[in-house]
Amino acid sequence: MTAALRLDRVAAGYRGAEVVRGVSAAVAEGGWLAIVGPNGAGKSTLLKAIAGLVAFSGDIEVHGRSVTALSRRQRAHEIGYAPQNPLLPDGLTVTDYVLLGRTPHLGALARESATDRSIVEESLARVDLGGLAARRMRTLSGGEQQRAVLARVLAQRTRLLLLDEPTTGLDIGHAQALLELLDRLRREDGTTVVTTLHDLTFAAQYAGDLLLVDGGEVVAAGAPEEVLTAERLRRHYAADAEVLRTADGRPVVTPVRPR
Amino acid sequence: MLKARALRPATTLRPRTLLAAMLVLLGVGVLAVVLGAGDLGAGRVLTEIGAQLTGGVSPLSEREAAIVWELRLPRVLLAGLVGAALAGAGAAFQGVFRNPLADPYLLGAAAGAGMAATIVVVLLPAASSWVVGPLPLAAFAGALGGVGLSWVLGRSAGGSGTATLLLAGVAVASFLTAVQTFVQQLDTDTIEQVYTWMLGGLNLTGWREVWLALPYIALAAVVLCACARLLDVLGLGDAEAASLGVHAGRVRLVVLSAASLATAAAVAVSGLIGFVGIVVPHLVRLLAGASYRVILPLSLVGGAAFLIVADHIARTIMPGELPLGVVTAFAGAPFFVVVLRTTRGRLP
Repeated sequence: MTAALRLDRVAAGYRGAEVVRGVSAAVAEGGWLAIVGPNGAGKSTLLKAIAGLVAFSGDIEVHGRSVTALSRRQRAHEIGYAPQNPLLPDGLTVTDYVLLGRTPHLGALARESATDRSIVEESLARVDLGGLAARRMRTLSGGEQQRAVLARVLAQRTRLLLLDEPTTGLDIGHAQALLELLDRLRREDGTTVVTTLHDLTFAAQYAGDLLLVDGGEVVAAGAPEEVLTAERLRRHYAADAEVLRTADGRPVVTPVRPR
Repeated sequence: MLKARALRPATTLRPRTLLAAMLVLLGVGVLAVVLGAGDLGAGRVLTEIGAQLTGGVSPLSEREAAIVWELRLPRVLLAGLVGAALAGAGAAFQGVFRNPLADPYLLGAAAGAGMAATIVVVLLPAASSWVVGPLPLAAFAGALGGVGLSWVLGRSAGGSGTATLLLAGVAVASFLTAVQTFVQQLDTDTIEQVYTWMLGGLNLTGWREVWLALPYIALAAVVLCACARLLDVLGLGDAEAASLGVHAGRVRLVVLSAASLATAAAVAVSGLIGFVGIVVPHLVRLLAGASYRVILPLSLVGGAAFLIVADHIARTIMPGELPLGVVTAFAGAPFFVVVLRTTRGRLP
């Protein structure tokens, strides 16, 4: 099986200043990779490089094809991307907003078809926003907005989802619900998910693999229980933390007061 | 009506809405022709129009008929064209810069067109009698130059923030206006002509101006409506537009060119008429929804109706004629303040 995503010695940054370098990784189809690391480590930049939004060197392959060989539109058929703080256009309804996700499938001058509209309805139903379809985006709560953004990316119908901190601003219950939703999509459709995540316990519970990035370089990669150690948390996050285990053996990261 | 819209999930332009807007425009246009300035008698003008359409007998003398067909009708048509151009360009600028206060007059487009047109009037006086004069071309170049300069300055001053861009636009507009004033003072013979033109008005227009402006404005209108959906995508930000396969820079260039073309054509035939580009798209947004697929076509129609009404007021409110730019400023400046207050804290 070809990997959904393969990175080979990827370096990326803005205007010549490298933010990340030497990143190699692979994600199997239907897998979930969480990119973790302290603030400013280069997590978002790495995600943007994969999405084709910042310049990079090295090689990035999506479903066996190098992304540099893809046109902008072809890439939009392969990769769905949601930024950490998406702009919510003033006055658009939830349906209008999600409909924008169909853009790569429409000709430059085409109008959306009944199929596009039914895909939008289905995407909204999957994130449980069917009842808010006619509401204005700005009138939604934070959790509802995050779900609407996810619905827009789903309407794009790509096999690879890149989500930058999808749980930003959500309380523990809403964050959990959103990650459960993503996991269900992954299991039902075989969608591959790559997220950056601040919350290491959530990352450990949902992602199959973690990529720990610090200072623009990968410092650890692999299964959550291998990557997350108290020693690494101290070295890379300057945090005093203990790594506990849930009943099913998943790591739990909890801060402890320094003595 | 508003309630019914609130229940509809997608903002789309229903044929019924467009038809209603067109009918309002037609009604306003016919009223402006029929009422007009001067005293021909509304009933007699209506009979004349009916007679021309059906081949019946007209109650008007030849001179009176000429007033209707050679003065009133082209003037109303031109007011409609100019209004459509300014409102459509305003909506387009607002979409491109994701800023509800963007307007052809705030970004140096109108000032650039005005400066170029003044240079032509002062330095090439014979040009005004040419069939396809250099005036629209110069105005177009000036409009593009003005917006381009604002953009370059705004970017070099720091990033892509729309607030920076608007500030740069204000600086560019002041500079270009200063150049225009300097040029107009060079030649005292044309000062009055330039002043009248600057105040904005359609008092010296005929069919020639209609045919002059029509092709440019029609072309721009078609391009802008075709790009409406892409303007909605631009609203997501450049990165997300790119992730949806849209080249934001290219869309901006096409839309800005079309909007500048429309502005230039309008400025070339009517002088400086402010606020249409802010007032009309905002009313459309309030009444019909926030998608540019609705805003652009309805702004074109609404702008035409708005300026026909404003021009009618300019012609009839006083014994003499009030400059049209003064009428739109009376209506538009307070509106601008309201928009500024309601969007406070939401500007990027």
